[in-house]
Amino acid sequence: MTVQTATETKTSTNGATGQTNYRASIKDPILMLNNVNVWYGNTHAVRNISFDIPRHQVTALIGPSGCGKSTVLRSLNRMNELIPIARTEGEVLVNGRNLYDASVDPVVVRRHIGMVFQKPNPFPKSIYENVAWGARINGYKGNMDELVEESLRGAALWDEVKDKLHESGLSLSGGQQQRLCIARAIAVKPEIILMDEPCSALDPIATLKIEDLMRELVKKYTIVIVTHNMQQAARASDYTAFFMVNDDRVGYLVEHNHTDEIFTNPKDKNTEDYITGRFG
Amino acid sequence: MSTRNLAATSLEPSWSAVRGIRRVWDRIFGPLSLIATLLGLVVLAALLIDVFSDGLPRLSWQFLTSFPSRKPEEAGLVSALVGSILMIVVTAMVAFPIGVGAALYLEEYASDNAFTRFVEINIANLAGVPSIIYGLLGLEIFVRVMFSITNGRTVVSGGMTMALLILPVIIIATREALRAVPNSLRQAGLALGASQWQVIRDHVLPQALPGTLTGTILALSRAIGETAPLITIGALTYIAYLPPASPEALRTPFTVLPIQIFNWVSRPQKGFHEAAAAGIVVLLVVLLAMNALAIYLRNRYQRRAV
Repeated sequence: MTVQTATETKTSTNGATGQTNYRASIKDPILMLNNVNVWYGNTHAVRNISFDIPRHQVTALIGPSGCGKSTVLRSLNRMNELIPIARTEGEVLVNGRNLYDASVDPVVVRRHIGMVFQKPNPFPKSIYENVAWGARINGYKGNMDELVEESLRGAALWDEVKDKLHESGLSLSGGQQQRLCIARAIAVKPEIILMDEPCSALDPIATLKIEDLMRELVKKYTIVIVTHNMQQAARASDYTAFFMVNDDRVGYLVEHNHTDEIFTNPKDKNTEDYITGRFG
Repeated sequence: MSTRNLAATSLEPSWSAVRGIRRVWDRIFGPLSLIATLLGLVVLAALLIDVFSDGLPRLSWQFLTSFPSRKPEEAGLVSALVGSILMIVVTAMVAFPIGVGAALYLEEYASDNAFTRFVEINIANLAGVPSIIYGLLGLEIFVRVMFSITNGRTVVSGGMTMALLILPVIIIATREALRAVPNSLRQAGLALGASQWQVIRDHVLPQALPGTLTGTILALSRAIGETAPLITIGALTYIAYLPPASPEALRTPFTVLPIQIFNWVSRPQKGFHEAAAAGIVVLLVVLLAMNALAIYLRNRYQRRAV
């Protein structure tokens, strides 16, 4: 992994609270967020989020409940639009192209930026069909058996399910179901995989398996993960973005940097208080 | 320690039985609800016993295969049975796709605004409109305005009138079934880059199918027992021939079981009253068979869906 130095220049200042936002400089970012704001109805959920997500790295989004980290994650593949009252402003550039451009089809965005959800949600179909469906509807014409095996191997699930591919995906354990969801996501060959607290419903052993898997997957994909678990962010991520919520209940980005820096040498007092467990 | 003291002072446990009016209600409420249940059962049983004792002796192969006759002992209901079945097929073919389509639009596509709320309220209102009003509507539109297509008082006019009648019920049942499909399933599909229609076709509809089928078949059972709208559009009471075995059958005059039964009941001769009772038995069997089909389909698709 290439080490990049974080600039300590103050790139933006949140006038209302005087909060400072340290933006790490990333060479060749796959995703760039510029002044992203999300509203749910009249509620301003997140304000002026700007940071860059490095290619082939794991970026963790952390922060206390209600700070908008999931909202930010879902703005990266336009999943917020499924909520009728949600409104997003600002730019999210993928390889330099704005996802929110009028000419961009959200269906295509989600095809390239996959997602794994908090609660494992396999389709109520066979294991095979869970993996094959996404590829099939996206027009995959190759050997489906091979793709299913490759995706299940990629999600470290093949050895556990190879003899029961035609049993229901719901017959698996929670951790296996979550890896099935990861296999399903990588079967459509996305560039980026978003994970919204993927381990919060899993036991510690299943959690470690998913974390190991993330380290493996990041060689081919870029991963952005929302987590409540700071140890998980410290163990599994390369970069960390720390979010907080101000007195008006609006989420904002406090600090974004190498995970090592965030955890050993935070620039912001709030970050330090949060990672040392003084609140949150 | 303090909590323990609090418990000891404020809630001194008393293990003796609850006394007073609370106790009385507790004792009589169980028997009261049992009576309510039995009342329904007793009425149903009395009805069935009466109908079966009158009708069963009259029920025979001859009864099922004969046309109506002015001699009660020779009368049968083959034309009414065939008419009912033909009509219900038309009703299902019209009402199912339109009902499911409307429900899909309201539940999956439409945004929640004043217009959709207006539509929703009116669908609920339509479900409560008396059936004879639908008969008047069918008479004007299907029998008169669309005469060149329907050929007047025919199977297809009756079927479409019944389809109007049960459409609100199908829409409401389908919407309930769609609402029971967890949102996480839709999100899972969309997050893979599927279009909304692909998610609906491959995940949402299969999950909602058992509930949809059950609602539809129960609505069809209601349609097969309805009389008023068909009398309004002028279904005949005396049909002494079977429709041709071709699509043209849909454009022939027809009668249905409830009308045939109604006709027999209103005759003075006792023999016709027995025929009416036998007709009711046939109608009940058809209804129960449809309900059994609904249960079978629901169980079958539920198993497959999981």
